[in-house]
Amino acid sequence: MVLAEDLAKQQKSISVAEFFEKNKHLLGFDSPTRGIITTIKEAVDNSLDACEEAGVLPDIFVSIRKASSDAYRVAVEDNGPGIVPEQVPYVFGKLLYGSRFHQIRQSRGQQGIGISAAVLYAQLTTGTPAVVVSRTSAKVPAHRFSLMIRTETNEPEVLGHEEVAWDRTHGTRIELEFTSTLAARKRLIEYLRSTSVVNPHARISIEIDGEATTFERVSAEPIVPPQAIQPHPHGIELGTLKRMTAAKADATLDDFLVGSFCRVGKKTAEEIAAAAGLPVGAKMGAIAPDALKTLLAAMQSVHVPAPPTNQCLSPIGEDLIVQGLEKEFQPDFVKARTRPASVFSGHPFVVEAAIGYGGKLDAEGTAQLMRFANRVPLLYQQGACAITAQVAGVNWKNYGLSQSGLPTGPVLILVHVASTNVPFTSESKDAVASIPEIEKEVTLALQDLGRELKAYLARRERNKQKDDRARAVCAVMPAIAEKVAEITERPVPDISAIEGRIMRRLVARKRSYDGRVLIEVRNHTADDLALAVYDISADAAEDAEPAPAFASDLDGEYTRVWNCALAPGEGWHVVYTGKGGGMLDVRGVEDGKKVVVYL
Amino acid sequence: MEALGLEKLKGIAERWYDQLSDGRIPSIALPTRTKQNIAYDEESEVWKYGDKESMRSAATAKGAVHLLKMAYVIGFLKQQLAENRSSTLREMYYISEGWKQAKFGAQDESNRLVEDLEILTDVQREVYHLRPEEDGASIFGPIRIREKTRRGAREIHCQDDVGETGYQIPNNVDALDFLDHDAKFVIALETGGMYARLIENGFDDEYGAALVHLKGQPARSTRRLLKRINEEFKLPIVVFTDGDPWSYRIYASVAYGSIKAAHMSELLATPQAQFIGVQPSDIRDYDLPADHLSEQDVAALKAELTDPRFATEYWREQIGLQLEMGLKAEQQAFASQGLDFVTKEYLPARLSEMGVL
Repeated sequence: MVLAEDLAKQQKSISVAEFFEKNKHLLGFDSPTRGIITTIKEAVDNSLDACEEAGVLPDIFVSIRKASSDAYRVAVEDNGPGIVPEQVPYVFGKLLYGSRFHQIRQSRGQQGIGISAAVLYAQLTTGTPAVVVSRTSAKVPAHRFSLMIRTETNEPEVLGHEEVAWDRTHGTRIELEFTSTLAARKRLIEYLRSTSVVNPHARISIEIDGEATTFERVSAEPIVPPQAIQPHPHGIELGTLKRMTAAKADATLDDFLVGSFCRVGKKTAEEIAAAAGLPVGAKMGAIAPDALKTLLAAMQSVHVPAPPTNQCLSPIGEDLIVQGLEKEFQPDFVKARTRPASVFSGHPFVVEAAIGYGGKLDAEGTAQLMRFANRVPLLYQQGACAITAQVAGVNWKNYGLSQSGLPTGPVLILVHVASTNVPFTSESKDAVASIPEIEKEVTLALQDLGRELKAYLARRERNKQKDDRARAVCAVMPAIAEKVAEITERPVPDISAIEGRIMRRLVARKRSYDGRVLIEVRNHTADDLALAVYDISADAAEDAEPAPAFASDLDGEYTRVWNCALAPGEGWHVVYTGKGGGMLDVRGVEDGKKVVVYL
Repeated sequence: MEALGLEKLKGIAERWYDQLSDGRIPSIALPTRTKQNIAYDEESEVWKYGDKESMRSAATAKGAVHLLKMAYVIGFLKQQLAENRSSTLREMYYISEGWKQAKFGAQDESNRLVEDLEILTDVQREVYHLRPEEDGASIFGPIRIREKTRRGAREIHCQDDVGETGYQIPNNVDALDFLDHDAKFVIALETGGMYARLIENGFDDEYGAALVHLKGQPARSTRRLLKRINEEFKLPIVVFTDGDPWSYRIYASVAYGSIKAAHMSELLATPQAQFIGVQPSDIRDYDLPADHLSEQDVAALKAELTDPRFATEYWREQIGLQLEMGLKAEQQAFASQGLDFVTKEYLPARLSEMGVL
């Protein structure tokens, strides 16, 4: 039998770095394919957060170069405020070191694991140290560090530190080399595109083995960084309360409540104290652990106004979402909705959503779904995400879309959840957990947008019908006239008056008969029109009467342009020898007011 | 007749021509062709289209194309009459391949358009030399007719001068002369099996019956033949079908006219025609082998209850009874009581009950 003493010898504490060394998947480094995306995502998130805090418009450069047969060297560089040299080793060389963990506000990163986990991942797979260059202002030189993480102790190990010249006046650059593949190259680009959609104030450039792509900014307004708020009494747990109590042992209960929580005034504090059965003047240090439990229950039972949202949250806003989507996808229709702020378990949150339709969106298959949390794209585990479930839960048929789970067709759906505490299903932050309050807001936003889309689709359908009708009437009516003239053995009647009545548009017609081509243009609109008639075909049309204002030929294709000014009701025509066909276009009148047909 | 038809066709085109010249959008009004718009005409005792009209106008893309197609058909018929040629409905459908925008999508569409023209001109399509594709229903019995064939006029006795299957009814019954007969009545039969059974059992000889094979829903020529025999020889007509809702519609189209051809009811319907069976009550009274009504059967029976042609006490009672029993039976079900039962027992009994014999 092994003695307890022997067993005890084998037991020792584990550093966070060691823990994550063995559990890379928890942070999104499950595979080399995913590792490269997670690394870039962590670095870019940090850059965006830093720029935001400094109030500068982010200018981020990502470069990926092949370093050896199975390793890539990734560099991410920003124009943020930089990091003071003393802090650099800790920010990059120590897990769980960060500035945002203790604050209650919307931010991309929270725990201070991401980028140091990437450093760890690099040193694990290739053994190369991370290289960090940082400069805090034009007045000081840039500092260049090469560093690693000592895993047993989770402390940074600086291998080199020197002052260097750098063309950026301020900013940070990190270079990492790790085993990876570029199998997910498309996904990586998609991630950066998505990032640029929800960060329309950022310019993001990427260079992969010398091939560059840039996602340009559409907004020149830096984001106002969200301000931290104090915890809300409804969103707090016993452990936190104990810690806060210990820190303020000397304070009285009412001062503690008013001073440490948001939205708690004297009156609310009194109410809480009464509900907990404690005197308002009780010293915090003197409250027994059991009574703390009662106090917590009292805090959560008393009505407290919802936490303030306009300063701690930073939704993207409807206009910027629309601009971002238009820039990247050029849809025919796009609308965004930012819902009023709401609260779950004392955590404020805002849901934003957008729908794009048509344009360059892929018409095949199910809708493209873009999920975001605190302006960060969620790339993996779409199926496990509450957002996906809500999108699939909406009856899109009501809004004119077909549906198989997600809606289908040329549709893009964007959902952004911003919160001081986004509830993820796991540490790798891939999917939003099912929180009824959030789900409800997502659904409401989508339904609202669905109604807008339905109105758009209906309008589009009406216009299409009107267009079809005009086209058909223009092309069919002359044929009826010809046929009845043939049957009744009379000359073909002039039908321009009828056309004018039905259409109220400009009608241009091209027809050929007996080796002659006739182009007719008639102005049935109420306006004077100055028109350019473009005619492209294989006919040389040298005998065109009137002669074109411009003519050219290119590999047997002839382009001719005539100019004509037509008052309402007036017509114009040209005749030439040829076979017809080709194409006809008329400029000088808006699309909805013209009909071009071939007979 | 042809000249009149031609004039009427040209009249439609002229109307459009005038509308176009006056700067109006061409249009044409047609009776609505639904069962809600057929009405009983006291004078002719048949069901005809009522007053409801639908307007076809070139103001919409669909309407314009429809009018264009109609114009092409008119042009085509005009030319066919001028050249004294004929074609089948199917041939016309194929000819429309060359009509560009006026091309038909399916033969149903072109058939319907021809019916529209019959309604508009009040002239049968046979006059325009348009033949149906299928024919071949037949008659067997003591009736003498004269047919103008391409090899001259032939006189034919429909019992003595024909084989076992009888005389084949031509497309244009109006080209026949009905000379004389020794018949007491005409029995029209839905199925070939029953037609053959009656011939084999000598039912025509024994009872002086002329047998007409309807071949399911009867062609216009078959209905026209029954109408003319009824009118010219004053012979009673009885209709013997299966005992299901679809068969009652066969009877109705013989007796009352069909909804599709309500514009020609006067020429095609024989209001005096009587229904002999299979009656739903026969299924009960003779304990006939029967099938259960399908969902479609039930729906069809219910639709018949709202059909003005079936709005009589007799049909309400029979259809109600059938819905109650939930059963249907075929003509041949009588064979369960022996091969001669139908000719020896059922038909004589029913015919005397109906006052025909």
